[in-house]
Amino acid sequence: MNPPPGSLLTADDLHKSYGPTVALDGAEFSIHAGEVVAVMGPSGSGKSTLLHCLAGIVPPDSGSITYDGRELAGMSDADRSALRRSEFGFVFQFGQLVPELTCVENVALPLRLNGTSRKEAERVALGWMERLEVDGLKGKRPGEVSGGQGQRVAVARALVTSPRVVFADEPTGALDSLNGERVMELLTDAARSTNAAVVLVTHEARVAAYSDREIVVRDGRSRDMERAI
Amino acid sequence: MNTRQWARDLGLGARFAFTGGREGWIRTLLTAVGVGLGVALLLLTTAIPNVIAVRHERDEARLDYTYGPNRPKAADTLVISDANSTFHGSHVRGRLVEPEGPRAPIAPGLAKYPAPGDMVVSPALKELLGSPDGRLLRERLPYRITGTIGESGLIGSHELAYYAGAKDLAPRIDGWQTARIAKFGPLQQRAASRLDPVLLLLVLVVFVVLLMPVAVFIAAAVRFGGERRDRRLAALRLVGADSRSTRRIAAGEALGGSLVGLVFGTVFFLLGRQLAGSVEVLGVSVFPSYLNPAPALAALVAVTVPAAAVLVTLLALRGVVIEPLGVVRTAKPRRRRLWWRLLLPLGGLAMLAPMIGQGRESYFNEYLVLGGVLLLLVGVTTLLPWIVEAVVARLGHGSLAWQLAVRRLQLSSGSAARMVNGIAVAVAGAIAIQMLFAGVQGDYTKVTGQDTTRAQMQVSLPRGAPFTAVARKFAATKGVDKAVALGGADVGDRSWRGEGPATSTRITVGDCAALREVARLPSCHDGDVFVATGSEGVSDADTVKLAKPGRRLWLDTDFGVGQHPEVRWTVPGGLKRVRTITSPSGDEFGGFLLTPAAAPGRGTAAFSSSVYVSTDDSVRDVREYVRNTAARVDPLANVMLWSSTEESDKFTSIRTATFVGAICVLALIGISLLVSQLEQLRERRKLLSSLVAFGTRRRTLSMSVLWQTAVPIALGLLLASAVGLTLGTVLLQMVGATVSVDWASVLSMTGAGAAVVLTVTLLSLPPLLRMMRPEGLRTE
Amino acid sequence: MSIGHTLLGLLESGPRHGYDLKRAFDEKFGHDRPLHYGQVYSTMSRLLKHGLVEVDGIEAGGGPERKRYAITDAGVTDVERWLATPEKPEEYLQSTLYTKVVLALLTHRDAADILDTQRAEHLRSMRILTDRKRKGDLADQLICDHALFHLEADLRWLELTTARLDRLREAVAK
Repeated sequence: MNPPPGSLLTADDLHKSYGPTVALDGAEFSIHAGEVVAVMGPSGSGKSTLLHCLAGIVPPDSGSITYDGRELAGMSDADRSALRRSEFGFVFQFGQLVPELTCVENVALPLRLNGTSRKEAERVALGWMERLEVDGLKGKRPGEVSGGQGQRVAVARALVTSPRVVFADEPTGALDSLNGERVMELLTDAARSTNAAVVLVTHEARVAAYSDREIVVRDGRSRDMERAI
Repeated sequence: MNTRQWARDLGLGARFAFTGGREGWIRTLLTAVGVGLGVALLLLTTAIPNVIAVRHERDEARLDYTYGPNRPKAADTLVISDANSTFHGSHVRGRLVEPEGPRAPIAPGLAKYPAPGDMVVSPALKELLGSPDGRLLRERLPYRITGTIGESGLIGSHELAYYAGAKDLAPRIDGWQTARIAKFGPLQQRAASRLDPVLLLLVLVVFVVLLMPVAVFIAAAVRFGGERRDRRLAALRLVGADSRSTRRIAAGEALGGSLVGLVFGTVFFLLGRQLAGSVEVLGVSVFPSYLNPAPALAALVAVTVPAAAVLVTLLALRGVVIEPLGVVRTAKPRRRRLWWRLLLPLGGLAMLAPMIGQGRESYFNEYLVLGGVLLLLVGVTTLLPWIVEAVVARLGHGSLAWQLAVRRLQLSSGSAARMVNGIAVAVAGAIAIQMLFAGVQGDYTKVTGQDTTRAQMQVSLPRGAPFTAVARKFAATKGVDKAVALGGADVGDRSWRGEGPATSTRITVGDCAALREVARLPSCHDGDVFVATGSEGVSDADTVKLAKPGRRLWLDTDFGVGQHPEVRWTVPGGLKRVRTITSPSGDEFGGFLLTPAAAPGRGTAAFSSSVYVSTDDSVRDVREYVRNTAARVDPLANVMLWSSTEESDKFTSIRTATFVGAICVLALIGISLLVSQLEQLRERRKLLSSLVAFGTRRRTLSMSVLWQTAVPIALGLLLASAVGLTLGTVLLQMVGATVSVDWASVLSMTGAGAAVVLTVTLLSLPPLLRMMRPEGLRTE
Repeated sequence: MSIGHTLLGLLESGPRHGYDLKRAFDEKFGHDRPLHYGQVYSTMSRLLKHGLVEVDGIEAGGGPERKRYAITDAGVTDVERWLATPEKPEEYLQSTLYTKVVLALLTHRDAADILDTQRAEHLRSMRILTDRKRKGDLADQLICDHALFHLEADLRWLELTTARLDRLREAVAK
């Protein structure tokens, strides 16, 4: 598959196995700036693995991943980590906030990883928390806030570095419909306003409905639904 | 609450202890090892009274009391001479024996006496003589080995002892070194003497110091895998167990581990017992058979330790409510208060304080010692959580790794403190012990008044030895720089028999070189006689009174035994007045100083003499050469060492031994640290993976793990050093020794503690890195 | 549900008599509502008129008129187009979808494709609804949510069916 022109992140013919388990078997992907793409599929289909590969967390066994003209497969672990720190943002289902740090410290964490001073990092973090309507929680620890609030804090954290791609793996998986939708609205609004691309892994259609486009992963192969029609 | 229910729940819990998978096994094993060590140590402790008693009995039984009244030769008498020696710093108990009849008393441990020229030796001596190390000692004991001394004749497995057959000892009976005896053992039953108070103190402190970390370790060990156990208990609640029953199950689990621990403990004890037979501490060794714990005490241990394990578990669960859907910790932890935490160590100090300055002559109140040391060390465990909390709350911001670590510590300073409690207690105790050892050891070798720059050894020769000639033999010995001999006797205005003289002074005989060591001589030629005044020990008035040329004086040849002929001496003319100076031995020789030509010819037999030897310490084994020469001159010659350097070797080995013991305890605690560390990390696997996902450097996380252990450890070691030094100082003051901080041991112990933490962190890094792999993000 | 397309699809495997068609239809799809003979014949004559089927032969002597129908090329194209066109996402359309899937399986077409196409169409509708919901007031939100939940239910069915295609293929082949 040739990546469509203007793609920010593309993947071609990805293969990845964990021992005998084949997670990806020739998957493809592409996303351009400002786009929200849902990755759907049954559990165990390899959608999370696809996200991990795209984000440079896991190197694929074979295949190529190109981000902004750079080949991820050829990068060292340190370079990929640096890329994740500066260009990508992450939201996971749960267990991502450091329980000992306050909410604002959690949001400031990626900036601090990039070497921003604590004061400046927390100032920027607070700005994002305001946008996600959780600035009132800044001094609280994750254990003291609700699931929906925590997830908004996590979204703020994913956006705090103004990433070009946000990877969200079942960001609403642990939330009820109302909270889940609010998180999705805030996430997609914020991403669109900063022209960030969002890779959204979900098994919920109503969450996927916040996307511009969806691909379905089945048995490690991806299917772009836009083209299916 | 019926017993069947109890039994069922405890049994269920015990089964969990063994069926919990690999993790469960590790937990049970660590609990068992901890409990086992505790049991073994306790058993050893309970055996100590027995050790002391047996040693005392044996020592009494072989006593050859030489100070008794002179008795005639008979069919049941034995002439025995002390021929003790020292070899490479170890005491060698030597006896020359000459049975005078068929019914002569047999020394304990002997079947019969060796013939003249033969000897029976202790197993340790036999081994030493057979080894290359014992070559020089072999020269000193030129007897044929014909047997070994049985255990009943020895007070320790490492005691060096021999009985050598001799001839013609009877003329040498002098009332102190050689005597004729008809039985072994005390003349009359004496009150049971006890262990040297200092040694007893050491033993007590050592055991407390070793037991405390083990106790802390047991407390920590039964909490291993607490989270997992809590989840399991919650699951049991879900299927209908009530809250009491879950507690019983938890107790049963701890019980299972501690029962295995009892078995381990017994094995450890038996091993330790054998091991105890092969070590020697402060010159004391024991036979394994001494180490028999009193059955009642052993039974008490067997009941107490598992009970304590159960108790700790129940205490740990006290603040925990196990609900069917999980575990709730009741009540937000309150801010820790200082006052009662300070109370414990201060109480400990208060218990020890009254004994300060008591010295080594009398016994310390054991309960006060035990209580004081215990409270001080327990104080470490109570103070540490407070200190960690107080310090961590004030720690500022730093790098991200630092921030992560500090925040985590702030949230759970209690568990952090608990982790290092054991190490802190072990280090504090070890520092105190080493300080005590160092101080006591230093005092044992302190030399009073002897001028080791002028001579380093003194050989006391039996009365009548040709000391001037003997001095030449010493001077010719390898490594000897100089040897001077001084003989002497008391001299009085009347015969020493009967009533004794009214006025007396001393005669000292030696060549000019020797006399110059005791007085300032303007000139000296053989044949000169000096009158020395200005000494403390001899009355100048008496000397002046007797120093009248032509006056006939009596030499003391009686010595209380009264079998030597009398010797008289006429004061010659041409006396020169001189002033005494301090002799190498620290004494001052007032009275008549005679050069050899002026000495009464027949008087030699009345003179007791010493050779002062100065040695070249760079010559290896020079002291053994001197001792060998002395033994060649006369087996009963008594060699005294003035130099103090030899004793410090012994301390080195003790330091090594305590160090090894402390390291073992530390290693054990290190294992438990590692286990709980890994447990914590596993709990956070998901978080770690997500942190890595958004680009956290592994270095940052590794550093935060390091800080997280390093901060409480640093605080713990600091506190441990402070408490250890305080305890050491108090203990040293109790025995009246000079207080000096043994920085080497402080550094080595804190270093060892720090090394444990570092090792634990290093060992937990590979699993940490593994857990940081993105696989952790995959949902189970 | 289009009976004409269904009957056409059944004919793809080979010419059949009218009563044969009815029996096959009832067996596969008409569990609770069997076809009347009249429905079959009127449908067939309509198809005949549009040139989608042709009469293959008439069986004589067996009582009433017995025509054997066969599908024409135009008929095959028509079936194909029908199968490939996603249904407009509506409520309760699973019976049509089910028919389509079974027919695809019977005619060895890619049933997964049909399901995926449908799924994309559903999601497209959901996206539009979601968008309307975001911009609209509470009433809009509630109305859209109602539709969204229903569409989500369909979508779940589509996913479930996709996951069970293999089993369904076996069942149909019997």
